[in-house]
Amino acid sequence: MKEERVLLAHGGGGTMMHNLVGETILGKLGNPILNALGDSAVLEFGDRRIAFTTDSFVVQPLFFKGGDIGKLSVCGTVNDLAMAGARPLFLSLGFIVEEGLEGEILERILESIRAAAEEAEVRVVTGDTKVVEKGKADGIYINTSGVGEIRPGVSIAAENAKPGDAVLINGNMGDHGIAVISEREGLSFETEICSDCAPLNHLASRILDVCDEVHCFRDPTRGGVAATLNAIAGQAKVRIELFEKDLPVSPGARGACDLLGFDPLYVPNEGKMLVICPEERAETVLNEMRSDGYGRDSAIIGRVTEEGEGVVLLHTRIGGMRIVDMPYGEQLPRIC
Amino acid sequence: MTARTPARRCIEEIRSLAEKIPSPPLRLMEVCGTHTVSIARNGIRDILPENISLLSGPGCPVCVTPDGVIDAAISLAEDPRVIIATFGDMMKVPGTEKSLERARAEGADVRMVYSPTDALRFAREYPDRKVVFIAVGFETTQPGNALTIERARADGLKNFFVIPAGKLIPPAMAALLEDSDSRIGGFICPGHVSVIIGADAYAPIVEKYGKPCVVAGFEPEEILEGIAMFLGMAVEERPEVVIQYRQCVDRAGNLRAREILNRVYHPADSEWRGLGVIPESGFELNDEYADYDAFRHFGIEPRPSRERKGCRCGEVLQGKVEPFECALFSRACTPEHAVGPCMVSSEGTCGAYYRYNRKKM
Amino acid sequence: MCLAVPAKVIEISGSGGTVSVRGNNFQADFAMLEDVKLGDFVLVHAGFAIKKYDTEEAREVLKLWKEIEEKT
Repeated sequence: MKEERVLLAHGGGGTMMHNLVGETILGKLGNPILNALGDSAVLEFGDRRIAFTTDSFVVQPLFFKGGDIGKLSVCGTVNDLAMAGARPLFLSLGFIVEEGLEGEILERILESIRAAAEEAEVRVVTGDTKVVEKGKADGIYINTSGVGEIRPGVSIAAENAKPGDAVLINGNMGDHGIAVISEREGLSFETEICSDCAPLNHLASRILDVCDEVHCFRDPTRGGVAATLNAIAGQAKVRIELFEKDLPVSPGARGACDLLGFDPLYVPNEGKMLVICPEERAETVLNEMRSDGYGRDSAIIGRVTEEGEGVVLLHTRIGGMRIVDMPYGEQLPRIC
Repeated sequence: MTARTPARRCIEEIRSLAEKIPSPPLRLMEVCGTHTVSIARNGIRDILPENISLLSGPGCPVCVTPDGVIDAAISLAEDPRVIIATFGDMMKVPGTEKSLERARAEGADVRMVYSPTDALRFAREYPDRKVVFIAVGFETTQPGNALTIERARADGLKNFFVIPAGKLIPPAMAALLEDSDSRIGGFICPGHVSVIIGADAYAPIVEKYGKPCVVAGFEPEEILEGIAMFLGMAVEERPEVVIQYRQCVDRAGNLRAREILNRVYHPADSEWRGLGVIPESGFELNDEYADYDAFRHFGIEPRPSRERKGCRCGEVLQGKVEPFECALFSRACTPEHAVGPCMVSSEGTCGAYYRYNRKKM
Repeated sequence: MCLAVPAKVIEISGSGGTVSVRGNNFQADFAMLEDVKLGDFVLVHAGFAIKKYDTEEAREVLKLWKEIEEKT
């Protein structure tokens, strides 16, 4: 590891985290399955494929407009499974609770978990609870792992992105990050923006129903759409070009971003998915997405243009061009 | 007042005016980090004619803060009595050994703030700690700092201090033009600094050096309109100060803000990293507020600036060299391992160029 | 660093108040301006309002906000 110490930036979803995982962690633990670094690992059992994933949740504060750490912990893992083209089935649930957390808060979180699991049609089947001394764990940290069965016949992976493909997103960027940051103490900033936290497995399934040639799904969480598309471009070794005028951002989120100096492309989402599919199927996919409750503001935001160095570019609204780089460090800490 | 002129019309006007420039190429310099970023982010250079070049000047406050000051701030951060409050862009700037971000990872109490008011709040909340606010910035930011210091006094706070690292833009513009090597044809003046100082603040520069100045906003359409207005002056050889950013800027500026500023600060000679000492270009605390000067209180004297070998930030800040002409650019010097501040700050010339334009399109 | 946003004054208390940028509310200090009233539009930088828009200019701000809304 280049740096002597772990910095907040190492958890930011950007280049530093990328290097920590790609070099330091894979360096010690790498194997063909892990090295794929997908949202989920794809495990083969005979002719069946299981998706397996894990995620930890350290969001601060625990409760925010549109959700809480409980809802996040279910949706985050459900979505990672859905992004592999899998039907999420079972979750594990690990709690690390800070001594002194009010019982009522734990119950609220559990209720959110129950409700989210019900909506996603998954079951929590195993778990663990630890309690640590006051001052550690910031209330509660949650880990969820999940397994799901990958739909037969689909092959969803970043490497499949090809020149000519369209890039779509199911709605406005940036809401989750803004909602969470606005509740941070010391920011004295109120907003009507709600987190977009949502389980996307049903939407993903509907998309696969109308288009079995989807090349890639991925959810733009930490680091936002920018980090996610850069990861895809890097893995598939393609150039992706976006169109500024087509990027969906709500006026309120844009106002908040102007205020805080953020770029919506880099702000985390928890209810968004990127879809990369052949250009000819883009309209069909778009219409299906728009007919879903979690896809009303879906849009085609760009295309995969050529093979080569993995890079993401943006056509600006005045006709110029710029790079959309991987974020460098920590833009927004403890956002999910 | 008209609605914002559509970009397309500005571009057409720029193209037709560019053909009539008396002695091309025309080099137009902006001196505001936010302009640096907006120009790079929007790919404005891509659509300008070949004979117009946009230079970036010393408009990034953290970039022009001498490295001795940064090292001194970091050493203060490592004092356990101290809470450092700083704007975000200072966090990653490298001092000789480390940045504030790294100092924080090593245990220093460094907190990011959006306003000096937040720093004052820390002083109230932690009466047994000494809060030091790093007051970088130009004329836009200093009146707010001044107000905060006055409030600290009014509240009788003895644990609030500032590092007075603020600077003035017009003296730097003059210093750049004084340089005989300068090929600067005129300026895009900073939009929000001008809200405070007024467009007339640039009149002496126009009179003395005969270079046109346009005060522009930050949206790409506004910058393009500003460039078109600038070209209009250049083509007619009619150097003036014109205001594109009509929505926000007038001739006189905010007198009240300047009064507040003058109650607390006075201009003094100041070192700009890469440019050396420019007369009357920095903000120093008035005698009655000298107690709030962090360096004075802690008995620290920032050492003279030292440039790292191979680093050409100084020439970049003067608009003499473009980022890719520096041998370190994107090799030894990237945002993750920055050698000089122009790269690490999101508003620095090299940082903006690297982040938004470095790959061949 | 020059980051400043136009905002609408929605509450005044003491030397400052609450301003709103398209539904996002935060605190700002009005000490650099004279005679700030509810409904005024101001330009806010680092927690301080540095300029008050006159009626024409405020209309421009609203127009721009509307343009942005319509595009999204």
